[in-house]
Amino acid sequence: MSELQTNHDGANAIKVRDLRRRFDHQQVLDGVTLDMPAGQITTIVGPSGSGKTVLLKHLNLLLRPDSGQIVIDNVDVTKLRGTAVDAVREKIGMLFQAGALFDSLSVFDNVAFPLVEKTNLPRTEIEQRVLETLRSVGLDGMEHKYPSELSGGMQKRAALARALVRRPKILMLDEPTTGLDPSRTRAIHELIRHTQENFQLTVVMVSHDVPAVFEVSDRVAFLHRGKTHLNGTVAEVMAADDEIFKHFLAGKASGAENEALAG
Amino acid sequence: MSIVEMIERLGALVLDGIARLGTFSLFLISALFYAIMPPYKPRLLIRQISSIGAESLFLIVLIATFTGMVLGLQGYNALHRFGSDTALGTVVALILVRELGPVLAALMIAARAGSAMAAELGSMQATEQIDALTVMAINPIQYLVSPRVLAGVISFPLLTSIFDVIAIWGGYLVGVKLLGAPSGPYFNGIATNLSGHDIMTGLYKALVFGVVVMWVCCYKGYNAERMATGVSRATTQAVVLSSVLILAWDYFLTSILL
Repeated sequence: MSELQTNHDGANAIKVRDLRRRFDHQQVLDGVTLDMPAGQITTIVGPSGSGKTVLLKHLNLLLRPDSGQIVIDNVDVTKLRGTAVDAVREKIGMLFQAGALFDSLSVFDNVAFPLVEKTNLPRTEIEQRVLETLRSVGLDGMEHKYPSELSGGMQKRAALARALVRRPKILMLDEPTTGLDPSRTRAIHELIRHTQENFQLTVVMVSHDVPAVFEVSDRVAFLHRGKTHLNGTVAEVMAADDEIFKHFLAGKASGAENEALAG
Repeated sequence: MSIVEMIERLGALVLDGIARLGTFSLFLISALFYAIMPPYKPRLLIRQISSIGAESLFLIVLIATFTGMVLGLQGYNALHRFGSDTALGTVVALILVRELGPVLAALMIAARAGSAMAAELGSMQATEQIDALTVMAINPIQYLVSPRVLAGVISFPLLTSIFDVIAIWGGYLVGVKLLGAPSGPYFNGIATNLSGHDIMTGLYKALVFGVVVMWVCCYKGYNAERMATGVSRATTQAVVLSSVLILAWDYFLTSILL
């Protein structure tokens, strides 16, 4: 792995150290080491099968590693159990690839869901918070619609509102622009940047949208064969003289092609 | 393939089977455990009782009516040969309350509500809605599975009771009104010969079937593969496995409770 920049501003909100995870006969994460500074957007890119989504699922504690460390806000979360896990989860908002909105609930109820289920806030305050969050993602007036009545881009916005409504410190995004056309992709990228600045968030994003996503990112981590192959600011990663990354950028080559290149 | 390889494969299959059985059992244990742990969400339970119970009512009434009518028809024809028309009510009621009521009601609810439940949980799994609950620090077993299992425990005996009553009426309609068996002995026979033990046997069965059907359907949906065919496969497996387990458990329960 090449650590292109060792000193960056601000503390690290998330530190990953030598993370390893095996599924059956496949070593999906093979020693990922990565720092994600607070208040910045870190984007994880890489060919299909490089372990991006699996890494994200470890960061939001949906999966447990075989070995290695994940430190979130100075707490090693890999060993936590029970309510301690919930405490960490409350710091994290997550936007899933397909939005993962609850089909049976309206947009309002979807966004209100984490507040209704996990807080004792009075109804009026919940309403105020939900409408305010919907406005911040550009969905005012849509609160009574159901997810099936929304376009792909709007569903992403509604899901983003749900991820933000509890005011998390960290926002995780799994391929937020999948299935969107270029103009909507740009709009979502702008919204992510705006949201990050607005709520002072640490953002971790997995994206296949290279190089468009670099415009909105502060730092980039390039995963290859389960390892952090490159890691640094956007400018540093773009300037890196690395055959595998260049090949990936040029053709967004598949994992197999990259493996052939590396092998 | 050498003998060693065959033994290895067999061993792997057995171990895999035991592991699956363990996961399957733990699923029910955690659903029951979280059902008694706070936070309590009566709203979720009521919604499930409505979806499993109230919405299955029409189907139960329909199936019960025809089952009772067939029993009336067959029962009358058989008993009439021996001049035992007066025993019709007792025969119909005993068959229904002890056996057919709980089994047929459970099969019908598995086909209607159980399949819908497996499909709903399966598509929630496929679209990451279950993961979304987890990352919001909401226990998906407690939020999705426990209320459904509890609703099954409450709804199945109630629907079975309704099934029994309607079917007994269906038997009366055909046996007495249509074919002319004596009316008085039909109900008197039931009142005299149907014991509390018979009724409780049927209700115990319904209770166990309620747990089994909800357990299987929730498990299959919850663990559906995240692909297009995953949900349909989960739904089919849920209904088939529920039906087989209802009939298998029926045998065991009958031999214990007889």
